Amino acid sequence: MSRPVRTTLVVSTLALALAACGKAPDLAQHGNVPNLPEPERGLLPSMVIADPGSWGDQVPTVPQGYKVSAIATDLAIPRQMLVLPNGDILVAEGRGGNAPKLKPKDIIAAPIKAKGNTKVKSGNRLTLLRDGDGDGVYEIKTVFAENLNAPYGLAMIGNTLYVANQDEVVAFDYQPGQTRASGAPRVLTALPSAINHHWTKAMTASADGRFLYVGIGSNSNVGERGLDVEVDRARIWQIDAQTGAHKDYATGIRNPTALAIQPGTGTLWSVVNERDEIGPNLVPDYLTSVQEGGFYGWPWSYWGKTVDNRVMPHNQEKVAKALAPDYALGSHVAALGVSFSGPSMGAQFADGAFVGMHGSWNRNPPVGYKVVFVPFQNGRPAGAPIDFVTGFRTDKDTTRGRPVGVAVDPRGALLVADDLANTIWRVVPTAPVQPAAPAQPAAATPAAAAPAPTPPPAG
Amino acid sequence: MSSTPLYTVRRPIHPVHAAALGGVLPLFLCALLSDYAFYTTYEIQWANFASWLLVAAMVMTTLALVAALIGQARRSRRLPYTLVLVAIWVLGFINNLQHARDNFAVMPAGLWLSVLLTVLALVATVIGFASLRTAGDVR
Repeated sequence: MSRPVRTTLVVSTLALALAACGKAPDLAQHGNVPNLPEPERGLLPSMVIADPGSWGDQVPTVPQGYKVSAIATDLAIPRQMLVLPNGDILVAEGRGGNAPKLKPKDIIAAPIKAKGNTKVKSGNRLTLLRDGDGDGVYEIKTVFAENLNAPYGLAMIGNTLYVANQDEVVAFDYQPGQTRASGAPRVLTALPSAINHHWTKAMTASADGRFLYVGIGSNSNVGERGLDVEVDRARIWQIDAQTGAHKDYATGIRNPTALAIQPGTGTLWSVVNERDEIGPNLVPDYLTSVQEGGFYGWPWSYWGKTVDNRVMPHNQEKVAKALAPDYALGSHVAALGVSFSGPSMGAQFADGAFVGMHGSWNRNPPVGYKVVFVPFQNGRPAGAPIDFVTGFRTDKDTTRGRPVGVAVDPRGALLVADDLANTIWRVVPTAPVQPAAPAQPAAATPAAAAPAPTPPPAG
Repeated sequence: MSSTPLYTVRRPIHPVHAAALGGVLPLFLCALLSDYAFYTTYEIQWANFASWLLVAAMVMTTLALVAALIGQARRSRRLPYTLVLVAIWVLGFINNLQHARDNFAVMPAGLWLSVLLTVLALVATVIGFASLRTAGDVR
């Protein structure tokens, strides 16, 4: 198709889409029993594509008592971050996926959706940021490792840095203070990567340093590429960090985009993106503790046992086993980051988890495009999410940034990766928080949380 | 007999118009058969085939409709034929959108639309090619 023809098609499709879709009512969709309406779908899905704008001199909005600044700009699609024990920050940059266009829809939808994303080329690298004197200005920004393949998940166990590329987990030897990897990484294990419709490989390390958990998203929205290509997809692998051997830790979990270990309990938590195209208020993306051996429904059902009639034949046996997640974040918020907080973030935001919400094309009006704090009590989510970093969309409906990964720096900061502005934002309390915060044993990041590695038993 | 015979000069359908119109029925019919196969087997590849067949059917319908409109302007085509093609174009576009849904969400509306479109394509074919058999006859 020639470019003018395609452009016209795109524009007219967009116009039709906007004309056809009324604004969806907001449902209070958080907590463990969300409001689930009946599936609905017009001729075109409910959608709004982000219209990228620039921040200029402005910055995101944060609560009173906090300030925000950009500590790194001009990155090449920053996604997830890892705070190293010495306070350095590693940023994984890149874009993956190689799904072939299967239906006419794919050819039309791809350029439309791409309008809402950055035009920058995939970095395929790790950038290291360092604030040597602790003044909050990261004066060193340098490439730690390059020629990676859409790196996303990061974890550190002892002196080994693990990177989840879109096709394999690789390991670097790391010495404290290093600003550049000493050599090419070794491969720990291959990951399922055919098609890679959902290519991001989220990763975190277990509290004892013995295992890595890797999230592997589904190869489709709801099985429209056939279930043959979903072998080893929509699941979380538990990988032995020494041998690379893996087993399924949880399945039927559509797109686990970020993983974190809960301080204190050592429980694995995940934010998960649920399916599209059955209405603006379906299906809620969620935050959940991940039960070992648990099945979370995809593709046959959602939110436990609610059957999705788009997947035929039905599979009652699987649906009967489906677990409902712990906590709904809202439909189409597109949660892509999660990090547990600690006392260094201030009393109001000490007990809970921050969640980065990228925002989705599949909702009008759009939701997400912010970082929220999910308060916890007794180790479980309790209460509505609280906006923590907002202002990514302007009143004029342009979008200046889209949050992806979030990471709590135990020294008292929340880091937010913005893959539209290609920026890392750092939110800190303006007044110093109670002393002794840095010594929190219940650190928020796997790097800080990982103690000296426990040598696993042979085999 | 002294009546004056009236001769209407009848030309067969233009070859390009014929080629376009000739594609409409088989393509919608193939889309229908693919839809039926998907509906009964849940095998996803049939849904992909149906989607592309419907795109091809729309290309042919669009060409035939353009030819029909030109004929309309030249007063060599009558309104019913053009109206049937317009109906096919509109319903065909809707059916393309229906087939853009994921997995079994295409069904059952996609199947019924394909049935309707195949019938309409048959009607358009009958009207559109009728002139080939009426040469010399009264219009």
